[in-house]
Amino acid sequence: MAAFILRRLAQSIIVMLVVGLVAFFMFQFLGDPVNQMVGVDTPVAEREALRERLGLNDPLIIRFGKFVVNAAQLEFGLSYQHKSPVTDLLLERMPATIELSMVSAVIAFALALPAGVYTGLYRNRWSSKAMLTLSLIGISVPTFLIGILFIYLFAVVLGWLPSFGRGDVVTLPGGWTTGLLTASGLKAIILPALTLGLFTLTLIMRLIRAEMLEVLRTDYIKFARARGLTNRAVNFGHALKNTLVPVITVTGLLLGNLIAFAIITESVFQWPGMGRLFLQSIQEVDLPVMSAYLVMISFLFVVLNLVVDILYYVVDPRLRVEGHGSGH
Amino acid sequence: MTDTTSPKLASAKPSLLYRIWDHELCYSFRNSPLTVAAAVVTLLLILSAVFAGFIAPHNPFDLASIDLMDSELPPAWTEDGEARFLLGTDNLGRDIYSTILYGMRISLLVGFASVVLSAVIGISAGLVAGYIGGKVDAVIMRIADIQLSFPTILIALLIDGIMRGILDREQHDAMIIPVLVLSIGISNWVQYARTVRGSTLVERNKEYVQAARIIGLHPILIMIRHVLPNVMGPVLVIATLGLAFAILTEATLSFLGVGMPPTEPSLGTLIQIGNDFLFSGLWWISIFPGMTLAVLVLAVNLLGDWLRDALNPKLR
Repeated sequence: MAAFILRRLAQSIIVMLVVGLVAFFMFQFLGDPVNQMVGVDTPVAEREALRERLGLNDPLIIRFGKFVVNAAQLEFGLSYQHKSPVTDLLLERMPATIELSMVSAVIAFALALPAGVYTGLYRNRWSSKAMLTLSLIGISVPTFLIGILFIYLFAVVLGWLPSFGRGDVVTLPGGWTTGLLTASGLKAIILPALTLGLFTLTLIMRLIRAEMLEVLRTDYIKFARARGLTNRAVNFGHALKNTLVPVITVTGLLLGNLIAFAIITESVFQWPGMGRLFLQSIQEVDLPVMSAYLVMISFLFVVLNLVVDILYYVVDPRLRVEGHGSGH
Repeated sequence: MTDTTSPKLASAKPSLLYRIWDHELCYSFRNSPLTVAAAVVTLLLILSAVFAGFIAPHNPFDLASIDLMDSELPPAWTEDGEARFLLGTDNLGRDIYSTILYGMRISLLVGFASVVLSAVIGISAGLVAGYIGGKVDAVIMRIADIQLSFPTILIALLIDGIMRGILDREQHDAMIIPVLVLSIGISNWVQYARTVRGSTLVERNKEYVQAARIIGLHPILIMIRHVLPNVMGPVLVIATLGLAFAILTEATLSFLGVGMPPTEPSLGTLIQIGNDFLFSGLWWISIFPGMTLAVLVLAVNLLGDWLRDALNPKLR
């Protein structure tokens, strides 16, 4: 177990270094930081002094080392556009994005689980087929279009829900802002969270259905039925439990995707999150923000991947047995 | 895939058309009404995009023919609609139906070009990794794994951002189609590489490859002339599904404002333009391009799904 985790940890560190390298080169070779800091009429000698002071004349490897050390301390410099520290900008917007992604994940999972089990158990009912067809459409219609349709229907025509923003937010101790404690905040999160979660919902539902179909065909389910166990015990105690291994893996990875795809949803609903900041930074070629977002989101992805791998190991006993009979 | 004529049929010399009609792929196609419908829709949409110049009743890019007095007209069948503008007009008085036809042309162009780019990168990487193996294989697949752990939209956005850094604003706007093709193409090569590598590993040890090696053919020649044709089946499936995905990605980028500009709109740009007018109740500006996009993507997806099942020997 320890060896396995160590190996995965080493791999994660390599991934982070590669991402860091991309972010570093973006910084170094696109746009000159000195040009951003001085006026047009600054003499060459002064520029050179500044370069020396900033350490821009150091060998590449030393500069990369400094970049990594700074990045590890969440130090990404000033945003070209906002003229304030990039880290503050991102941290300020992080709660909005995390909250949106988490609520979407909960909605997606809470709806996908029963829907997947139902369509797996009763595959020939017309309601199952309707759900599957609907999910195919859900995959083909792009997220932003669903968002627009939701806004038109629920905000413009019916007027039930707000179409943009986060509503009122409460600041919790520690600086975390949340919209989940106010009525307007809760109302505001419904449409974006549904929009963001829909794609994930269809994916998880289809996965659970496929896994259920697979498991229900196995011998041990037949024997469980032959033993006279109740349907509930067979379907949920034996079948569902065994479908959950791949579901956990995929859900973990989809969590990362939700945070990345929040870029689109945040743009549709003008949600004040990190994704919108990243999008603006691309349009304005705000390199510090771009590379900081890249490093932070990559870190999130790597951690999620690592957690999923370890969970996989914990959930599936077969993996543990293979590893030199340790314990079991 | 192409040489499945049985000896019996060959002796009877059936016409080429009959042989295509009788082919098992064609047989499974004929027996799936949904697939036929999807193919017809796809073909119609592609043709109407290609011949947009002849079909479209108006030229939305000809400033002289646009009249601001015609702006924001609803579709023809509604109360205030005019027969001249079947699906209504946008805020500048451009005919929605015509802009959709021209926009679809750009969407399809970018989609096809990025699929070709992804396929070329992915197939080459997969062939080299699978055929040569060893360290080369390890490095290529490691890169693929790392890229695969990030969502494609993030990578496409990033490449677009980098291109904006390299080119200045005017250059970037002038080269927007190649830039989009590059960013969508690069962000999708991994799947091709993994599939081709898998098939290449199998093919590499077959006798015909060994024979080719013994007679001293250059490895590159063996890869392209002998291995490649035998690993193309799955690539076709990925490319079809990839086309749908590339069109969606382009639409998403354009919608986010980092793709096609409003002066040269794709379907995604049209939806984005319409989005601003949704609150005034002008639903047709974004809904019609949106429906076109959804139908196009759904049809191509259905085709890809069918192709995957039809080419899968296990399901025959």
